[in-house]
Amino acid sequence: MRQDYQGVVVAAPVTVPYVRYSIRAAHWWLARALDSLLKKSNLSKENLDGLSVSSFTLAPDTAIGLTQHLGLSPRWLDHVPFGGASGVVALRRAARAVQAGDAEAVACLAGDTNHVDSFRLTLANFSQFARDAVYPYGAGGPNASFAFLTSYYMDKYGAKREDFGKLCVAQRANALKTDFALFKKPLTLDEYMGARPIAEPLHLFDCVMPCAGADAFLVLTEEKAKSLKVPFARLLGTIERHNAFASDPVQMRAGWALDRNDLYAQAGVGPADMDFVETYDDYPVISLMQLEDLGFCDKGEGPAFVRKHGFTHDGTFPLNTGGGQLSVGQAGAAGGFLGMVEAIRQLTGEAAGRQVADAKLGLVSGFGMINFDRGLGSGAAILAGTA
Amino acid sequence: MLERPKRKNPVLRTRLPTLPPAARSRIALGLTAAAAMGRFELQQCKDCGIVQYPPREACQSCLSTKVFWKLQPDGGELLARTVLHHSNDLFFRERLPWRLGLVKLDCGPTVVAHLHEAADRKVRVRAMLDRAGQAVLAALPEQEINMADDRQLREFTCDPKFRKVLITDGKTALGQSLVHAFAKAQADLIWVGHTEPWKVFPGFEELRTIPGVTLLPLDLTDSKNVREMAAEIGAKVDIVVNNAEHHRAYGIANRAGVETARAEMDVNYFGLLRLAQELGPVMRARGADGQSSAVAWVNVLSIYALANFPPHGTFSASKAAAHSLAQCLRAEMRPAGVRVVNVFPGPVDDEWNQLLPPPKVTPAALAGAVVKALQDGVEDVYPGDVAQEWLARWRDNPKALERELSA
Repeated sequence: MRQDYQGVVVAAPVTVPYVRYSIRAAHWWLARALDSLLKKSNLSKENLDGLSVSSFTLAPDTAIGLTQHLGLSPRWLDHVPFGGASGVVALRRAARAVQAGDAEAVACLAGDTNHVDSFRLTLANFSQFARDAVYPYGAGGPNASFAFLTSYYMDKYGAKREDFGKLCVAQRANALKTDFALFKKPLTLDEYMGARPIAEPLHLFDCVMPCAGADAFLVLTEEKAKSLKVPFARLLGTIERHNAFASDPVQMRAGWALDRNDLYAQAGVGPADMDFVETYDDYPVISLMQLEDLGFCDKGEGPAFVRKHGFTHDGTFPLNTGGGQLSVGQAGAAGGFLGMVEAIRQLTGEAAGRQVADAKLGLVSGFGMINFDRGLGSGAAILAGTA
Repeated sequence: MLERPKRKNPVLRTRLPTLPPAARSRIALGLTAAAAMGRFELQQCKDCGIVQYPPREACQSCLSTKVFWKLQPDGGELLARTVLHHSNDLFFRERLPWRLGLVKLDCGPTVVAHLHEAADRKVRVRAMLDRAGQAVLAALPEQEINMADDRQLREFTCDPKFRKVLITDGKTALGQSLVHAFAKAQADLIWVGHTEPWKVFPGFEELRTIPGVTLLPLDLTDSKNVREMAAEIGAKVDIVVNNAEHHRAYGIANRAGVETARAEMDVNYFGLLRLAQELGPVMRARGADGQSSAVAWVNVLSIYALANFPPHGTFSASKAAAHSLAQCLRAEMRPAGVRVVNVFPGPVDDEWNQLLPPPKVTPAALAGAVVKALQDGVEDVYPGDVAQEWLARWRDNPKALERELSA
């Protein structure tokens, strides 16, 4: 039995507003995120003793170079370059550090820049397998990988484009109430269906838009949060898994299916208790896979689940309540933080016009690193409000 | 279905060549080494037997580092397909839409592959060289197909169909077989060189009757003549087949003076150099010139280029020199996507190999192997039983072969 996360809380959700392109380096975005985080949590830079950094575009630096760049002297340091799994993984590891007393508070930062040519270069050099066995095949990037998964999922489970469209349209409605979202125009299902093809069966609004930006949150003990007088949410449970089900010929499930019982046992709650869910959503098919693997419906029941529910913040199943990456933008590794900061906002009453009524329990899921034909990293966390 | 291209409008700009992404890890070049010879090899673990892909430094199952490239069955099941309408790479951007498939191979791994338009549930997967000269996988329909007519596959092959070909020597039996083979493969135009235009050689009249064939004076030992030929037709040549050679028997001790060896070098080595200097630059400029772009350069070398055959010692040396130069040419043509195909035949059944025992490769078989290499998109060809055996011996132990050949 895994040890619980008693006494660990998260606070101070921060987003440095995203932009499509930036001439700044990743360091600039991370600096702004840290600055906002410290101000919001009444913590001085000198007293910050834990740091976790997630970024694709920090090279040639890693987290340790960033300590000198920003004048930090942490006694606990982590580098989590795991893309969409970064938020959950950073939280889980920081939580253990705080529990063990290795750090009093860990600032988890994720930030990436996006120059005009950054995305192509990131794809071309994403991983050895990507360079050897994916990029030379049309250089479609994750669009092509998710096109395969989407096509297979549609064939196998009878999902229709309209099902994916329903999620995208609902998330856009949520994004209209998120001031830092890059997409400001309402989206209709007709517009979704009529969009140009990108990598069949994916069309324009199925694909996340790369951008620059940063997100951050603070992991600390409940006592420390109280002494800093910051609103917080409790961590009830969290899981992390990599390269699960490696022998499946095509990815229709990931690590959540392996570890979800532990997650819910640790948290002492079940899927039906959640007031909202934040999935990793670079493409809508992966949201369905997460809902299935995390037990909100059975495998293959995703399409029926979508048809049954409403997914806006005031719907029957509030999902990606801030708009998700599909409507906010994908700021590199910060994309893996977006759901986490949104969940903390929902649970600390900071979600403004998109607040889920009486939100007490939320689930955040992460998914990252399409190394070759599938995403390797998966994780999830359950957070509880204190109201 | 591929159509015969219209005549080029000389006023329009010629599109510059781009290449698909060429970067590979060193371990992944095992796929390229096999694909260069038309073989479908994947990594297989010597200890536990599993087949794996993408290439790895160790076995993903038992962690053994004894993972070797082995021939694999090519069957597979198409799990999913997509058509790209967007690409982050210039080469593909110019060629959209582009089909891809996700294939579960019968031998184990799931692979991403370029997809033939007629591919259905059951597919065959081949390793092919792309325009960058690097191996990629292509999923083809189970039944035999016409590779020349698939728009995507034509980007990987050098099919002579509707292309213009220069064959440097039409006087030999091989040269004439090549003309017939390219005509049969629907080459658009075929220029055939002959060194002594004032003479009528056997087979001359028959060549003239083949539609699209033009005879032209060409002597690779004459720099001025090569330059004039290039000025006249260089901007139209899509495929060069350099089959001109000078071949005499004997090694060192049983011949006085260097004249024969020099004559061999003058045709076999300097001839290639002259030709490459004159035709190389203009072919490089035409690497993406529409459906029938400049696409390939074939060198008819010899299996003796790999290891010296002392009874034909100076000839072997000239072919080794030509092989080395062909590697240089390959490097210089690669940025334009023009493939250099090296053909390493065993002894050809001609008068200069009279004293060698069979098996010998016939000129017609060798010509067929050249055309097939272009259609299949390979770059190293070892046609005939003798060449195959020498290749196997050479790969197994080059030193042993040296001793065997000198016995």
